[in-house]
Amino acid sequence: MDKFTTHTGTGVPLKRSNVDTDQIIPAVYLKRVTRDGFEDGLFAAWRNDSEFVLNREPYSTGTVLVAGPDFGTGSSREHAVWALQNYGFKVVISSRFGDIFRGNSGKAGLLAAQVDEKVVQRLWDLLEDQPGTQVTVDLESRTLRAGEGEGAVEDSFDIDDYTRWRLLEGLDDIGITLGHADDIAAFEATRPSWKPATL
Amino acid sequence: MGRTLAEKVWDEHVVRTVPGEPDLLFIDLHLIHEVTSPQAFDGLRLAGRTVRRPDLTLATEDHNVPTLDWDKPIADPVSRTQVETLRRNAEEFGVRLHPLGDLDQGIVHVVGPQLGLTQPGMTIVCGDSHTSTHGAFGAIAFGIGTSEVEHVLATQTLPQAKPKTMAVTIEGSLPDGVTAKDLVLNLIAHTGTGGGQGYIVEYRGQAVEELSMESRMTICNMSIEWGAKAGLIAPDQTTFDYIKGRPEAPQGAAWDAAVEHWKSLRTDDDAIFDKEIVLDASTMTPFVTWGTNPGQGVPLGASVPAPSDFEDEQDRVACEKALAYMGLEAGTPMREVKVDTVFVGSCTNGRIEDLRLAAQVIEGRKVAADTRLLVVPGSVRVRLQAEEEGLDVIFKEAGAEWRGAGCSMCLGMNPDTLTPGERSASTSNRNFEGRQGKGGRTHLVSVPVAAATAVRGTLSSPADLD
Ligand code: SF4
Repeated sequence: MDKFTTHTGTGVPLKRSNVDTDQIIPAVYLKRVTRDGFEDGLFAAWRNDSEFVLNREPYSTGTVLVAGPDFGTGSSREHAVWALQNYGFKVVISSRFGDIFRGNSGKAGLLAAQVDEKVVQRLWDLLEDQPGTQVTVDLESRTLRAGEGEGAVEDSFDIDDYTRWRLLEGLDDIGITLGHADDIAAFEATRPSWKPATL
Repeated sequence: MGRTLAEKVWDEHVVRTVPGEPDLLFIDLHLIHEVTSPQAFDGLRLAGRTVRRPDLTLATEDHNVPTLDWDKPIADPVSRTQVETLRRNAEEFGVRLHPLGDLDQGIVHVVGPQLGLTQPGMTIVCGDSHTSTHGAFGAIAFGIGTSEVEHVLATQTLPQAKPKTMAVTIEGSLPDGVTAKDLVLNLIAHTGTGGGQGYIVEYRGQAVEELSMESRMTICNMSIEWGAKAGLIAPDQTTFDYIKGRPEAPQGAAWDAAVEHWKSLRTDDDAIFDKEIVLDASTMTPFVTWGTNPGQGVPLGASVPAPSDFEDEQDRVACEKALAYMGLEAGTPMREVKVDTVFVGSCTNGRIEDLRLAAQVIEGRKVAADTRLLVVPGSVRVRLQAEEEGLDVIFKEAGAEWRGAGCSMCLGMNPDTLTPGERSASTSNRNFEGRQGKGGRTHLVSVPVAAATAVRGTLSSPADLD
């Protein structure tokens, strides 16, 4: 995984709450056996609508998605994270994320930054008033910044310490865990024999 | 201080704990299906890693498989590739697989319990959010993403931050004709879709204790629909009786040792939950959704709400959008909503009890003229059991379609989908926009409501049938 320290890019206001993973990428797009190519399924149901934010300039090349509460609820499909990344997003900002989605983001290297609902509203206002506004997200200091003067937004965001550390270092989770192989073996030795096995 | 059930099960699985880091949890059972696993196996191959414990891993084909002509090659080449990829991976890495045509093929969350692999006190994961289903046995069971699937394959562990605990106590008894599905839809409407976020929830109280194992699975299944990390129920005699004698259940002395341990898996009297919710089952009625998330539900006897009924601005906007998508007028009685397709199936309501309940309502009646009823058993064993009991004949005589096992119209990944604008009453768990097919409109309902709706052609309960 690449290291993530800071990112600056065009902010995209997605003014919807409860954007579940079926809306991020419908099931029919999940048939690929690779990790790439999922951008065509991103928000598929809305992409035909010329008014949809990603069909409008300058949002179409945005990299920082600002969404309403409960973004990424629903299914465990990591394809939702891949679809956002494949499209070009590096950061998603919301006041509340679906648990599994947030976990998947951390594993795949997409920054899920949790902010107060008011911050989302202010970002939406700013991004609509001044389309193309650049949003800077700094993982080191857990802060985000957008715009200048009157409507400028500068605030902090939440992300758990462990995920932050892994993203900053670009660490592979499996590699870390395999470093504890002795602990795993010791645990296995104590498991009761009546626990079920599949083979 | 005492511990909750969830804390006990958690503590028993901690391989490594260090302040400031998530706990490293040992995983007792890893379930796999074709959609969320190919990239994980690829990752293993790329890194030159193996599956650490194939003996704690089980794969089945469910999401993408056809429910007609399942003995022929899958027609859609992309779906076929995905299923064949799973077969190749299972073979290469030595994982037990129940493929299409096998006696134990079916929805992964139906297969685990029916084999007796799902047992109290276990940690169970799967690349599927409805893994919470297995919590009904007193296990900590939750859905994971593909990176985590790879992690479990390689290490049989997962780093996990310890969630908070919540108790949902359902007092009283469910009235006749009101099911576990109505109970959980009630609960989600009460809490909202984010209400459980960050919690492992323990369902308890008289109504829960009175439920069968299969109904308990229905409740735990939908834990994710209100955002909970997992949902579980303390194991009791109902649980032990259900497991006993199943193919992978412990036997003889091992059974006795297991049951003795399982009996200790209860929340201590002096344990403290981080949050508690109490609901009364005795006032519950059949419950149906009107909107596009599972929290947007009302009693069947109520009407479609109006945006102005909601105080919160976000809720108002959400209601407006949902009504537009669903093609519903505020104020329309739910009972007058006309339905094109009824789907009975899924890991929420695709087990034998569900099919018996549906058959009981349908028997001697006909599916309404312009309505179709699709009955999809959760697994091959469920299908065969239903056929042995003659349920398939009841369905077919009523004019329903009797299908092979799989996820089917729950997520519309195989050919079983709604067309744009088509309206369904579905016993599944998600009414998201496009979930059952692009433009499809889904009302989540219980099994009796689904069956009665098929007969009348509008949302109905068995009490509405003459
Ligand atoms: S039946 Fe539906 S909810 Fe259950 S595993 Fe299949 S797709 Fe997921």
